[in-house]
Amino acid sequence: MKIGVYICHCGVNIKAKVNVQKLAKFAEQLPHVRVSKENLYMCSEPGQQMIKKDIEEHGLDRIVVAACSPRMHEITFRNLMKSVGLNPYCLEIANIREHCAWVHEDKMKATKKAQKLVAAAVQKASLLEPLEAKEVDVVPAALVIGGGIAGIQSALDIADAGYQVYLVEKEPSIGGHMIQLDKTFPTLDCSACIMTPKMADAGRHPNIKLFSYSEVVDVKGFVGNFDVTIKKKPRYVDEEKCTACGLCTQYCSVEAPDPFNLNLSKRKCIYIPFPQSVPACYVVDPENCRYLKTKECTQCVEVCKKGPDAIDFNQKEQWVEVKVGAIVVATGYDTFDPALKPEYGYNLYENVITGLEFERLSNAAGPTTGEILIGGKRPKDVVFIQCVGSRDKTVGNEYCSRVCCMYTAKQAHLVREKIPNANITVFYMDVRAFGKGFEEFYDRVKMEGVTYRRGNPSEVYRRGGRLVVKSEDTLRGELVEVEADLVVLATGMVPSRHTSEIVSLLKLSQSPDKFLLEAHPKLRPVDTASDGIFLAGCCQGPKDIPDTVAQGSAAAARALIPLCRGKVTTEAMVSTIREDICRGCGFCVDACPYDAIEFKKVKRAGRQVEVASVNEVLCKGCGVCASVCLSGAAQHKSFKDGQILSVLAALGEEYA
Amino acid sequence: MLKKFDPNIVAFLCNWCSYAGADLTGTSHFHYPENLRAVRVMCTGRINPLFAVAAFRQGADGVLISGCHPGECHYMQGNYLARRKITLFRNLMEFVGISPERLRMSWVSASEGKKFADVVKEVTNKIKELGPLSAFEE
Repeated sequence: MKIGVYICHCGVNIKAKVNVQKLAKFAEQLPHVRVSKENLYMCSEPGQQMIKKDIEEHGLDRIVVAACSPRMHEITFRNLMKSVGLNPYCLEIANIREHCAWVHEDKMKATKKAQKLVAAAVQKASLLEPLEAKEVDVVPAALVIGGGIAGIQSALDIADAGYQVYLVEKEPSIGGHMIQLDKTFPTLDCSACIMTPKMADAGRHPNIKLFSYSEVVDVKGFVGNFDVTIKKKPRYVDEEKCTACGLCTQYCSVEAPDPFNLNLSKRKCIYIPFPQSVPACYVVDPENCRYLKTKECTQCVEVCKKGPDAIDFNQKEQWVEVKVGAIVVATGYDTFDPALKPEYGYNLYENVITGLEFERLSNAAGPTTGEILIGGKRPKDVVFIQCVGSRDKTVGNEYCSRVCCMYTAKQAHLVREKIPNANITVFYMDVRAFGKGFEEFYDRVKMEGVTYRRGNPSEVYRRGGRLVVKSEDTLRGELVEVEADLVVLATGMVPSRHTSEIVSLLKLSQSPDKFLLEAHPKLRPVDTASDGIFLAGCCQGPKDIPDTVAQGSAAAARALIPLCRGKVTTEAMVSTIREDICRGCGFCVDACPYDAIEFKKVKRAGRQVEVASVNEVLCKGCGVCASVCLSGAAQHKSFKDGQILSVLAALGEEYA
Repeated sequence: MLKKFDPNIVAFLCNWCSYAGADLTGTSHFHYPENLRAVRVMCTGRINPLFAVAAFRQGADGVLISGCHPGECHYMQGNYLARRKITLFRNLMEFVGISPERLRMSWVSASEGKKFADVVKEVTNKIKELGPLSAFEE
């Protein structure tokens, strides 16, 4: 064992508080130390050259650098060691800048502490073992879960880069919530007009395999090598054969509420969710179809037989298995259920509706062909209530949903456009018009004669034949009652009701608001704590369409990194379990947050025994297993029990 | 004359939050007593309570264990595991007659440089107040 110790002055940063000459002399007499030197800047070219020369001249096999934090230059010195053929993990850094020179005033005491830190580092270096980082091949394909605008954007970007994409959507058509919207703020482009070309692109892209009306039911593996099981629900219509002629619908005799129109209208039991659906294929409503319930009616089958003969009631659930290298989660959001705010009377009065219901009412393809009609009549007094289910601790949602202020402004504009003489009032807490063009749009809507009143309404009730919205106007400090024919609740976004399934499926975390948690709020906004799994869109938190698209592309770009590289490098400082002393208790198996430890059978003293074994590709190197192991079989490489104990022993010594 | 008591304190810091927080203390030049020596681990979940025993046996008068705030662990739940183990270990310390106050657990994030300095000062003052651990042995 030949250790080289290198003490950095860091200009005057370290030298001012630590006697570097004394420290270098001190290190010389530590066990195994062959050379001990100091330099003005160890990280500089001359500093590095000095270390390189020493490694070659003295045949050093362990390096200790006493300098700044390992978080700064550990990688610099590892690369240096690699360049001269030394194992990069045979390096130990004593942090004598951030943890010593910069935080202490007394030079004598600081030097004494630096001595202890260097002695501990030398001690640990003498016990370090060479490690190898493994490289694993990546399956050149990606899974995108969710076919809203976020998922479509991610899928298109990855597919355009030349990689296979499996796009899984649980509904019969992709499109998500965006295809339900009427106009989009602040530009007022029609949502379907900008969305449907994207949907069509995704539907016919040669690199995208679309699984509509399907769900991901199992994911195993790790970055680069995920095994995914997808369940295809039976449509009872053959996707290949259906020409979307629509004859079946005409012959179907059963009607059911239409969820695409939020149950504001009805549709038949063999239906297409909306005219531009992708795939353009009909689907049978299994809950209401008379054939599936009683086998009585076969009208749709008979009429279809004369044409494409696509209807097949023998279809069963199918399970498909695919392999992918990366996963993008784009499972979207649900809108807040206004029944949780009973004071607004959503379930009592038919003229209290949600923002999304307004979108369908206002949409030319909606139940009223775009006319704003309530009970067949045009409303004259329209009241909007903002922040329903957002910024509201009473329903457990402290966050702002980020879109309601602007969609309310847009809807107020649409009312003004369609009913020019309407009286429009918006009750708000604060108006947050933070995006590009938002404030300008909000100003425009106010100029169009929309009354903004600051206050959070306490109640909506019926007086005579009309609704009354009661609130305090907090700017005037007075109680107000506004009569209304239509009350629109600006319901916020809540995590999708399927979030907990996704969390357990992919082992993701949730933030306190129950949306999916990103790896770092600033620097890794689309990554998750699990390598190879990325977040896009509202599953991570409320956002508007431009932010969602940006995040969709960002997630695609991040997912493309392992796909393009073709290989992933795994952590080298992982855990390891000694088979010969493992007692097979499984404590480490339970403790591992990454499911990286499993049992395997080995032969010991002529008997079959079960011992724990680490999957080094899954292991992230936290060392939790090592701390729960009772027999000392589980060890964390570079942080082994013996290595840490030797550091403690060195810190406990008194040095002259 | 009695020599002034200058305690030995060992800190186990997790790489992602508290070690980085201690780095920020340095970068911001917040001062704290020289008595503390840090040992880096990747996660507080790696810390076996026996490390604290070893530190005490090797002459430490106090031990600080610091990691990411609850819910912010880089490895998802390592800090919860550490908290549970340390809570149980405190009972054991009481049982063998070492004041549990000699073992401090704290949450310091990578952005809390000032907090780290404050924690170190508090721990050092506490240990000074408690006196050397060897006094107990004699």
